[in-house]
Amino acid sequence: MRFKEESVEEKLDHIKRKQEEMSIHKHFPADPVKQAVDKFPLLPEFLKVRGLVKQHLDSFNYFVKTDIKKIVRANDRIVSSVDPSIYLRFKDVRIGEPSITVDGISEKLNPHTCRLSDMTYAAPILVNIEYITGSHVQKTRVEKNDVVIGRMPIMLRSCCCVLYKKDEAELARLGECPLDPGGYFVVKGTEKVILIQEQLSKNRIIIDTDKKGNINASVTSSTESTKSKTVIVMEKEKIWLQLNQFTSKIPIMIVMKAMGMESDQEVVQMVGRNPRYSALLLPSMEECASHGIYTQQQALEFLERKVKKLPFYNPSLEKEGRGMAILRDTFIANVPVRQNNFRPKCLYVAVMLRRMMDAILNKDAMDDKDYVGNKRLELSGQLISLLFEDLFKTMISEVKKTIDAILAKPSRSSRFDFSQFIVRDSITVGLERTLSTGNWDVKRFRMHRKGMSQVVARLSYIGSLGHMTKISPQFEKSRKVSGPRALQPSQWGMLCPCDTPEGEACGLVKNLALMTHVTTDEEESPLISLCYSLGVEDLELLSGEELHTPNSFLIIFNGLILGKHRRPQRFANALRKLRRAGKIGEFVSVFVNEKQHCVYIASDGGRVCRPVVIADKGKSRIKEHHMKELIDGVRTFDDFLRDGLIEYLDVNEENNALIALYEADAKPETTHIEIEPFTILGVCAGLIPFPHHNQSPRNTYQCAMGKQAMGNIAYNQLCRMDSLLYLLVYPQRPLLTTRTIELVGYDKLGAGQNATVAVMSYSGYDIEDAIVMNKSSLDRGFGRCIVMKKFSAVNQRYENNASDRIVRPLKVGHDAERMQILDDDGLAAPGEIIKPNDIYINKESPIITKGPLISPVGLPDSAYKPSRQTFKGPEGEASVVDRVALCSDKNSNLCIKFLIRHTRRPEVGDKFSSRHGQKGVCGTIIQQEDFPFSERGICPDLIMNPHGFPSRMTVGKMIELLGGKAGVSCGRFHYGSAFGEPSGHADKVETISKTLVKHGFSYSGKDFIYSGITGCPLQAYIFMGPIYYQKLKHMVLDKMHARGSGPRVMLTRQPTEGRARNGGLRVGEMERDCLIAYGASMLIFERLMVSSDPFEVQVCRVCGLLGYYNHKLKIGICSTCKNGDNISTMKLPYACKLLFQELQAMNVVPRLKLTEA
Amino acid sequence: MHRSPALDMPDVPKGQLPPHIELQRTRVLCNFDAPTHTENVQYSGAYSSMGVDNSLRMDQFCNNFRVEVIRLSEDDMEFDMIGIDPSIANAFRRILIAELPTMAIEKVLIANNTSIVQDEVLAHRLGLIPINADPRLFDDLSENDTPNEKNTIVFNLHVRCERGGPRLTVKSNELKWLPHGSEFPLATENTTSSSTSKPKTYTSFSCSQDSLPEFSDKSIGPKHPDIIIAKLGPGQEIELEAHAVKGMGKTHAKWSPVATAWYRMLPEVVLLQEIEDEKAEELVKKCPVNVFDIEDIAKGKKKATVARPRACTLCRECIRGDDWDKHVAIRRVKNHFIFTIESTGALPPEVLFNEAVKVLEDKCERVITELS
Repeated sequence: MRFKEESVEEKLDHIKRKQEEMSIHKHFPADPVKQAVDKFPLLPEFLKVRGLVKQHLDSFNYFVKTDIKKIVRANDRIVSSVDPSIYLRFKDVRIGEPSITVDGISEKLNPHTCRLSDMTYAAPILVNIEYITGSHVQKTRVEKNDVVIGRMPIMLRSCCCVLYKKDEAELARLGECPLDPGGYFVVKGTEKVILIQEQLSKNRIIIDTDKKGNINASVTSSTESTKSKTVIVMEKEKIWLQLNQFTSKIPIMIVMKAMGMESDQEVVQMVGRNPRYSALLLPSMEECASHGIYTQQQALEFLERKVKKLPFYNPSLEKEGRGMAILRDTFIANVPVRQNNFRPKCLYVAVMLRRMMDAILNKDAMDDKDYVGNKRLELSGQLISLLFEDLFKTMISEVKKTIDAILAKPSRSSRFDFSQFIVRDSITVGLERTLSTGNWDVKRFRMHRKGMSQVVARLSYIGSLGHMTKISPQFEKSRKVSGPRALQPSQWGMLCPCDTPEGEACGLVKNLALMTHVTTDEEESPLISLCYSLGVEDLELLSGEELHTPNSFLIIFNGLILGKHRRPQRFANALRKLRRAGKIGEFVSVFVNEKQHCVYIASDGGRVCRPVVIADKGKSRIKEHHMKELIDGVRTFDDFLRDGLIEYLDVNEENNALIALYEADAKPETTHIEIEPFTILGVCAGLIPFPHHNQSPRNTYQCAMGKQAMGNIAYNQLCRMDSLLYLLVYPQRPLLTTRTIELVGYDKLGAGQNATVAVMSYSGYDIEDAIVMNKSSLDRGFGRCIVMKKFSAVNQRYENNASDRIVRPLKVGHDAERMQILDDDGLAAPGEIIKPNDIYINKESPIITKGPLISPVGLPDSAYKPSRQTFKGPEGEASVVDRVALCSDKNSNLCIKFLIRHTRRPEVGDKFSSRHGQKGVCGTIIQQEDFPFSERGICPDLIMNPHGFPSRMTVGKMIELLGGKAGVSCGRFHYGSAFGEPSGHADKVETISKTLVKHGFSYSGKDFIYSGITGCPLQAYIFMGPIYYQKLKHMVLDKMHARGSGPRVMLTRQPTEGRARNGGLRVGEMERDCLIAYGASMLIFERLMVSSDPFEVQVCRVCGLLGYYNHKLKIGICSTCKNGDNISTMKLPYACKLLFQELQAMNVVPRLKLTEA
Repeated sequence: MHRSPALDMPDVPKGQLPPHIELQRTRVLCNFDAPTHTENVQYSGAYSSMGVDNSLRMDQFCNNFRVEVIRLSEDDMEFDMIGIDPSIANAFRRILIAELPTMAIEKVLIANNTSIVQDEVLAHRLGLIPINADPRLFDDLSENDTPNEKNTIVFNLHVRCERGGPRLTVKSNELKWLPHGSEFPLATENTTSSSTSKPKTYTSFSCSQDSLPEFSDKSIGPKHPDIIIAKLGPGQEIELEAHAVKGMGKTHAKWSPVATAWYRMLPEVVLLQEIEDEKAEELVKKCPVNVFDIEDIAKGKKKATVARPRACTLCRECIRGDDWDKHVAIRRVKNHFIFTIESTGALPPEVLFNEAVKVLEDKCERVITELS
């Protein structure tokens, strides 16, 4: 208690002191008056333009608009290998409107009907084709438009979706929740989100050390045609090339020679003439010389010997050697070789060597793999494009195979129509299967990844939002390394520092911050030519010597060396100016790396970036009038971008910027100013009030728990048919809100209730974080929740054309009582109270389901057997049939879904949590009259033990209580946004205290309380006020389990395991150890045998083997000795007997020796 | 410091407590950090060494006990109860909350509910509506009883939102009293006895409730007509019957006759020293509820006085900060209770209190008879 008080007061004092300091600083007369512009209104505008899941939508839109066309253009011809003049060409491709074709009639789809009727929300992929038709002699070219080649699942709210740019009323008409962000797919009725995949940058040189401590430079190349990994490694002072296609490491000088760099001097020049570099290169040159290789020819021959032999490799196919081909196509594949000009590749290798040597000479030059700037996020669009490319190519080869088979036939009678052979199913089925299983098995790109798509978590609104921003890691979770798990400084503003799971995936699974944007690919060629016109000297024109001259920087564009520039800073500034003017894409990043003497320009997809305000000499470009225009609605976020007031910075370019947190902190050299500091947090962490006052792991815990909180899911929650749905009966909006809460709409779809909490010890049932609850509060609806579960049944049709039938319930008979809730149609009626073991569908199946076809009607009743489905719910509780839905599934069988609802009030053992990672179960429920009450008659809803505070240090919770109390008394929602005190997005404790005092409360929030039991005042002032409490989905009713006797496993005859199978409670090894230590041998005997699997066996005293009991002769007989003379009867566990027999089956003879018998 | 042996100390006058102990006995000292001396000394011989008898005497109690009503309105009242032990005052509070019977809707028979409010939630909401019926006129409905006109009030709710119309808010005034009892026929035997005079319903009223003298002048209904029960969209309908029965707050809060009932001890604010001039002004400014006033004394000097101690909410602002607790003391008088009753409306608050006294009386009598 003391400790807690001190910590509060200390904190309060500390804050006060800070604020005083700040206010003094502000009013200092010599300080130039800096009018801070409130930039917060930009945020809602940003989210309006970009949305919370914009990264998914952008990525998918890019795929649909650009990428798919590129793929089709790259593989646009199907040419028959029998008759090359017969071909089919895809001229154009586009995605149509989401629709489904049933019996030739096309019907428009909307996402909600797909959810309800287990369909895939997909749109046809339409192509325009031109092809040759006709016989051998007479060939005509035919064009056909809008041919369907398959169906593409459509991301909700993407540009192809019917929800695109719809307003709230239109969305409501389509049965959609306006707050739902979209960004997921509906596949076979389930919502699937493709997780953002984190990967190491492609096509970039990364200097790293391997396990042996050798320094290496690696490039993971990825082009449209090939993917490869090239590693150059320094081992025993010599430099080698590692490439999969070679059987062993190749000395790098041999590779250089093979590429035409026959002169060692040129290589040294290219790496740099500094003797330190040449010294490092010398051993490699000697190695090369020791092999006796001096010419390109010799080097290529050497490589030829090292090439891996492929099983089905036919050397006659290639004119030149394999070594040459590998060097051209696989070795750093991202550097193109045009007309066998290997010079760019040589220069690239030289740069790699140089970087490696820099790292050897100076350890600082090592690259950090965990640095966010070296990472790329792969989004749904890219993943689907990979998949589509594979399926499209497969389809083309299939079509080719079929037409070749047809054309090869000597006599073709019918007219040959190319377009008929386009198969549609392979693409449709492939996309659907991959999306619904989440297994990306793309052999063409050697990609085998599992769990890429997940069912959208619909436990709470915030949970599903958080799911869309989740980033799945590149490493396996089992790796016991700390590096990738640690919080990276470069994550600032891009990835949420709080939101990561606990346990094995801790730090690997991350979440995007509020303002993060993930880029998509941008056209490269105009940017390259722009660079050249801005004064980049072409690589071709440079000698090796010039490559590393001081005072000039290498220009590297998307990992490709373009050339050199003598005035890098000016070049970078020019590019940035063009970007701010909107002449080049807003997401192109320019990064001057002083250390590496490089300018990196990036326009590739998957980089994370965020908007910041541009500042000139420390003065924000956004002025008061801009914000006024924004509020008046004449200016949008895009206008800010277009006018060059705001720009997107990616992680690398942030290194060239000096970003001030507030305008007041800006110095003359400041280049940018943050929009709002709380945007460094993600969606889940944004719910926490005053998170900057909490101990950091508490915020992490809350991020995990906020996803389990019950509340509202969406506006259409009662029209959905989720398999499991948790709802709160009276959800509330938090009294202490944050700006993030308002931005994401948590105030509209809350998941919790404002409970008046008294922080005190009460009754002893509040130890270990348990909370004491007020019974009257529960009576009045606090924490009341609805659990809805889906049960479904299919009216199956069998292969002999017989089908299930649903029949009228029996009015009499022994099952009539269980059928009371059934309507005349044999289905449970909505609104009926259903108890465990009640029948909810009176279905009958035919006995014969195979064999010859029979007519489904006129089958006699005797041909059916009942296959009723009974409801299994919590024992002793009454549930209600909420809704019954009928739809037809894919095989046009009738599918019936029942939604069964159970309303629960909190009970002892239910789990609750505040928004500060303080979870606890309900310890006891106490009558209101026994509860303490304040001078004003306020009686708390729950009592929390003060021991929860000192070790957890959740000061934010205390401030939430104070703020909530002040909010209740003055009638204004108080704010607690992260780091919001200076900008006014969080109320200061001092002002909160003033409000409290104004309304007659103590400044510290502690009230004079009377005991409800004795009626006397308590001997302490009690910290009391409202705190937003969440009810978590873990409830005792779903977990409690006990059994006496019950089902057993067939094989071992031991009790079954688990609650679902009504299993027994296991006395495990540790419990057994305790009993042994205690000496309770008879208890062990009882638990381990008598209550488990006792079995009586006949043991032969002579041979020691098990016999059997002959019921006719009523004696035990040993089957080995063939008599019953020496048989004893004993009891042993059935599992033991089973073990003996299994051993015997393996030719091991276990013999029992009985001491007494 | 000079120390004198205990035997040399002057005798404490017999039959009278020294002032500091008297203060501890009668006042709760609300110090800045925590209240002290909060509990009452019950033991009759607690002060016998000082010759003071601490036993409770009937005649003394009768002489000192007073009740002063401060405020009384239709559904709330505030009164002072002076000269009583906190345990007794608390007993009244507890009885008011948990042990006074009222009528509340307990059973809801839903014939049709196509609104978005789930049946259970609707029933729960109905249950919490306070009903303007005197519970003293009704009997308890125990498990084996059949609902009749003496123990059940039946309401009917039938609302329908027309298609094409605007949305409808169903408020508590839509609950219509059915003095003749339930109109829903009992499902089980509707076919067999339909030929007889009346079909069996869920209640068996022998006569209409409005024919009874106690209800003839006053119709029964919800206390407040504007409690929102549900909202209906076009085409939605609710048809149900609600049966209210007698019950007590300890079973469910819906039967509690009070919104809340509580007391606080009378505040006593004492100026330990003269507070003058600026300091007085400061004190007056400090208090958010205007407990203090300024009084002019001679020569233009000003002095702080305690004008409205009753208003004190114990925010402890006046004793916060440097040495203020040396100047001002906040106390609570232990035997003076400012009692507030907020009735939900079934019975007026003064009747509720009388009922509470009766319940306590019954309990005492029961104990006495059990003991004798």
